[in-house]
Amino acid sequence: MEGSLNMVGYGLAAIGPGIGIGLIFAAYINGVARQPEARNVLQGIAILGFALAEALAIIGIGLAFAL
Amino acid sequence: MCVSDTLLAAAESEFHSPGPADFEFPPIFGEGTFFTKPMLIIVLATVAVALFFYLAARRAAAVPGKTQFMGESVYGFVRNGIALDSMGREGLRFVPYLATLFVFIVALNVSGIIPILQFPATSRIAIPLFLAVISWVIFNTIGIRRQGFVGYFKNMMFPPGIPWPVYILLAPIEFFSTVIIRPLTLTLRLTFNMFAGHLVLLLFILGGEFLVFEKGGLVGIAAGSVSLLGSIVLTFFEGFVQILQAYVFVLLTALYIGGAMSEEH
Repeated sequence: MEGSLNMVGYGLAAIGPGIGIGLIFAAYINGVARQPEARNVLQGIAILGFALAEALAIIGIGLAFAL
Repeated sequence: MCVSDTLLAAAESEFHSPGPADFEFPPIFGEGTFFTKPMLIIVLATVAVALFFYLAARRAAAVPGKTQFMGESVYGFVRNGIALDSMGREGLRFVPYLATLFVFIVALNVSGIIPILQFPATSRIAIPLFLAVISWVIFNTIGIRRQGFVGYFKNMMFPPGIPWPVYILLAPIEFFSTVIIRPLTLTLRLTFNMFAGHLVLLLFILGGEFLVFEKGGLVGIAAGSVSLLGSIVLTFFEGFVQILQAYVFVLLTALYIGGAMSEEH
């Protein structure tokens, strides 16, 4: 077995954004289920929130390889 | 080629997992030249995008043909789905830039799952960085032109309606997030999505190949087949992520421009 502890650290660091993205899409699905006609408005907001939360995970994987 | 290097390493019946080294390419025309595979992909993508828009707009008719319909769908998607929603009617003059950006990033990303090319050029950080710098220059220029140099930074750092002690904390954070974090996250998001996606595909395909052809045996062939079948599913997923990331890049650019255009924060 070879590998780097960085990747274990990255795995731990990805928990946070994972939960965050889950919450964002849960709220999005909830919103669409309650009010299907709001789908177009909600979609943009959901993807924006997803992109912002995902940035943390992406910075994490960048640092995992860089450090 | 790095993929064949990995294949050679696999032939020594010990599997080397793919890593950042698989993203380094030697010059195509031998030692001493500078033209590498990612550059070739950029040139091809530029030609393809130019050709696509040229063919779509060449014979514009009231009843669109197939190519014109495709071009108009993409342009309409960026215009109605991104620009109008985030910038209002004022933002319509940015649609040509946004549409070009979208198609160009899609072309560069999708090169990751096109046979033979099979490398997303955007996973080399220089390319998204350059695109992000262009977007950064545009939204800052628009902001300064609209609100004046002082007004732009004042609206950015000191949004009204907040008790003044909060500004001590808020002003540096807002400045840092707008001027430094925004272009940085635009770059890193695109780069490392493509980087990680390509790495996962390499792992599944090379690992499956190694298990089936090098390791062999019942267990090796069974596990390798699962891995190779999984790589097909992952390729489709990767295609979805590639288009989604292009959309996110363009959406964020549009939101930043829209934010710089409006007076209130």
